Amino acid sequence: MKNNILIIGGGPAGLEASSILVKMGYNVILVEKEKELGGHLAKWDTLFPDGLKAEDLLKSLIKKTEGVKCFTDTQVQSVNILDKSYNVILSNGITVLADALLLATGFDLFKAEKKEEYGYGIYEGVITNADLEQFFKGKFSIKKPKAVGFVHCVGSRDEKACNPACSKVCCATAVKQACHIKETFEEADVFCFYMDLRMFGRHYEDLYLKAQKMGIRFIRGRVSEVAETSEGRLLVKAEDTLSSKPIKVTLDTLVLMAGMRPSESGYMVGHQLNLSVEEDGFFSTKDTMLSLQKSNLEGLFFAGAATGPKTLPDTLHEARSAAMEIDNYLTKK
Amino acid sequence: MIYEGKQKIWADYQKEIPEDHYFYVRSCIRQSFFPASEVTFLDITRNKLGKDIFETEHHTTCGGIAYHSDAIPQETAMTIIARQFALMKKYGYENYVCSCITSFGLYCETMETWREYPELQEKIADNLWKSCHLEFAKPKFLVHASDLIFKYRNQIAAKSKYKLVNVKTGEPLRVVEHIGCHYSKMFPSKGVGGAEYPYVLVGMVEAWGGQIIDYPERRHCCGFGFRQYMIQSNRGYSLSNTHKKFESMEPFKPDMIITNCPGCPYFLDRWQYVIAETEGKTYGENGHGIPVFTYEEVAGLVMGYDPWDLGLQTHQVGVEPLLDKMGIPYDPAKKYLGKNGKNIGEPEKPHCLK
Repeated sequence: MKNNILIIGGGPAGLEASSILVKMGYNVILVEKEKELGGHLAKWDTLFPDGLKAEDLLKSLIKKTEGVKCFTDTQVQSVNILDKSYNVILSNGITVLADALLLATGFDLFKAEKKEEYGYGIYEGVITNADLEQFFKGKFSIKKPKAVGFVHCVGSRDEKACNPACSKVCCATAVKQACHIKETFEEADVFCFYMDLRMFGRHYEDLYLKAQKMGIRFIRGRVSEVAETSEGRLLVKAEDTLSSKPIKVTLDTLVLMAGMRPSESGYMVGHQLNLSVEEDGFFSTKDTMLSLQKSNLEGLFFAGAATGPKTLPDTLHEARSAAMEIDNYLTKK
Repeated sequence: MIYEGKQKIWADYQKEIPEDHYFYVRSCIRQSFFPASEVTFLDITRNKLGKDIFETEHHTTCGGIAYHSDAIPQETAMTIIARQFALMKKYGYENYVCSCITSFGLYCETMETWREYPELQEKIADNLWKSCHLEFAKPKFLVHASDLIFKYRNQIAAKSKYKLVNVKTGEPLRVVEHIGCHYSKMFPSKGVGGAEYPYVLVGMVEAWGGQIIDYPERRHCCGFGFRQYMIQSNRGYSLSNTHKKFESMEPFKPDMIITNCPGCPYFLDRWQYVIAETEGKTYGENGHGIPVFTYEEVAGLVMGYDPWDLGLQTHQVGVEPLLDKMGIPYDPAKKYLGKNGKNIGEPEKPHCLK
């Protein structure tokens, strides 16, 4: 009899792990709370560093999941630990007896309105990185801007926001989006306000150099506050730490690079299982080096941003690794 | 600007303000700066609205100015504050309302410090007993006097004779609101509306018919900051702050400014004279300045108090253009007559500021 594996979260990690596990011959059930599969990827237009279309990647990931039982618009209502399995009741009324659970619950974007001084939800020109991707996807339009700014680390590396950790992807996303804006509105002045640029991945630095060649201005310093001028433009106050001066810039659009926070729905599942979380709110793994996909519970595994901010390639690697760990676990069982 | 966005933030920063029964403490300096504001507060709350607001001549300064200028240590300021609170208890009150923003900030800071360091609270209680033989107490509710006028804003509107509306055009007056830094910048949760988009004065202006201006330097200090004006050589910083604010609000063409701090109305009012004399620049219409008011003065105006009984003749910037816009009658001949009908003295006319 095939083992049942329940994967919670239909984003990139859940999709990748499910496609591998179904090919291994397991009975895989994938649960996604949204109406569509894909998580944040489904809302994104292009991906760094090379501008790959998010839609194309998502289609490839979904295509591989043939044979997986997918329940969208479905949430975990309750989960109980049995002797060697998990009894999971779903919001669609189905009960799953799972031999292994994979939490691929991902992350939530930091609620940018919490940084009240930046005026998200108050000033029309202030948007988030996720909003900008929707613009790139053609979901809404913005008036041709004369100047656009990007604020890095919104809700990340910020003790006042209760999140001292780096969200890992915002720098590269901001530089990618800044290039995209410059390509869309060639005459616009584009500014990036950063603390330090963490362009650690392969080709990321090339993206940064490309941005500089395109004339995007990188200002090392934090934005202190945003206000509206009498013409309805945005007056942004910041510090330029390289010239040791406070500066004011008038912009039309300000993009807040909202960071990663632990997923609320993931927390709800973890709470029922009494799973421990670290100070950053993300799930604790069994150890910090050799068992990153394992939890402290037998048969419960993690993949992707459920255990902290990750890039998309890292997330997909983790999904594959989690599939291997689950296979090892069920084979030995 | 998305008004609903502000409303969402305001909903997050509401504080509980009891309706009645308060122990009231005055400011050290407001009676000289704006002589009728505190008495107007007492008259409105007690006589017009029928509230129980008690004050005693035995209360003192909170020690705030001395504390912020490093003249006394924190423990001394705390003991002075403990004495104020003890008087409140002695007279049978548990709700404390103060007139001064510096005091309000210091009370909040003190209460938070006691909460975090109970051993320090114990020491202060001991100091209080040794020095004054008074029993230590803490207020159940601590509010600023502007919180109370905010609370009563609709009751005041119901009794109003005038509105913050230009009677000639029918348009709402364009109002700049300025919150004292120590009202909510130190403890956002202690102020109505928080620190970034404070609602306490906005609520009053909206209830009385006016329209708020959101200008870029809205959050900036008025220039009162203790380090800036107490040391004479630093006063240029004070003036620069005020200048920056006026330059920023000028394009929005405000009709008036409303404030809730002892220092803000004073500096925003007086520095307009200095800017006019040194640069020849005025920010109001036709060579006038922008009139600056305390919230009690504005409440008094909408309720129909005589402008000269509100002490508006002590302002540097003439208030007459605003009175004309609101349709409030006044007798220019009585402007400089005191309560006893005698002339209180007329200031010299500035060269540039009408």
